[in-house]
Amino acid sequence: MEKEMIVNRPDNSKMYHPHMPTAWWFRKWSYFLFMLRELTSVFIAVFLVVYLFQIYHITQGADAYWEIAGQFRSGGWIAFHGVALIFAIYHSLSWFKTAAVILTPRVGGWMVPPWMVVALHIAAWLAASAAVLMLYVLI
Amino acid sequence: MSEETITLNVTRYRHEKDRAPFIQSYQVPYREDWVVLDALNHIKDELDGTLSYRWSCRMGVCGSCGMMVNGEPKLTCSAFLRDYRPGEIRVEPLENFPVIRDLVIDMSGFMDKLTSVQPWIIREKEKPVSEGEYLQTPDQLDAYQQYSQCINCLLCYSACPIFGLETDFIGPAAIALAYRYNLDSRDEGSHRRNDVITDVNGVWECTFVGECSVVCPKHVDPAAAIQKLKVETVSGMVRGFLMPWSRK
Repeated sequence: MEKEMIVNRPDNSKMYHPHMPTAWWFRKWSYFLFMLRELTSVFIAVFLVVYLFQIYHITQGADAYWEIAGQFRSGGWIAFHGVALIFAIYHSLSWFKTAAVILTPRVGGWMVPPWMVVALHIAAWLAASAAVLMLYVLI
Repeated sequence: MSEETITLNVTRYRHEKDRAPFIQSYQVPYREDWVVLDALNHIKDELDGTLSYRWSCRMGVCGSCGMMVNGEPKLTCSAFLRDYRPGEIRVEPLENFPVIRDLVIDMSGFMDKLTSVQPWIIREKEKPVSEGEYLQTPDQLDAYQQYSQCINCLLCYSACPIFGLETDFIGPAAIALAYRYNLDSRDEGSHRRNDVITDVNGVWECTFVGECSVVCPKHVDPAAAIQKLKVETVSGMVRGFLMPWSRK
């Protein structure tokens, strides 16, 4: 039979219940970076929608694509893509950092150190980016 | 020559008198080898006997003396005054918890969560004592030892903004302890714990701020335990879907 733990509970009405301030994420640098990481998702999501939109216009023929591509040459869209690129890099690096926490591979009795897990991810990321760039150049 | 002192700004709250906490300043003697807990004990013994706070072992083992020191969750028995000199020191109750009195927080919510994850060895069937111990290899011990160092000091809960916003979240320490027993080769109760820790208030509440592991005085790394449990849960679901016969 399961035993139940007996916990002495203080009187709830006599306690002070603090509340998280709305701007809690400004209180510590690590909290701010966390919120920034969450915000990156919004920019990456918008970028992907725009990207799908462009791909759709490619399927409609060259004229349709170049017409829509011209609209993305405005200063606002270039700035958006610049910010989205920075956020995508930041999001990717924070993801690799997470991978080093989750993945703790062992080779024989030796545990691969976290920095090496991050380095391998970055190497694979750079290789994949180079492959995509090569495709652009070749096509 | 006058004695060197340091100022401690301590949060006070007495429900019978105060509507909200307030700060009370105390001048305490500065000693090179004193920790914040020594300074609080000096206040209690020499200046103001009404100050309330928890402490016990004075050596970072019991986990009782966790408080906010200059805005950071710390064990006050290992926070040296010399590290805060020449400034003043602000001592507050651990954040994200109801305050019972002065620096004493209410831990009963945590105790409920801890109990809910069943942090003890569960056997489907105990073998008789005559059959001897449940033996373990050093590698099997190594698999969970890091997570067994938790002293339930609650610094990780205080550092976790997700727990501050969602107080039903089971939280870092309880999940890390659940994971510790899941990893134990002698245990057979992971399915029971996983029902709790993968539920709505479990691991999926965590968005990996990571501060729980930063403040942990025992290097338990609860953030890693939570992220690993997420991966294991998803891979278990996929495996169960692709290979239904593999389900226990």
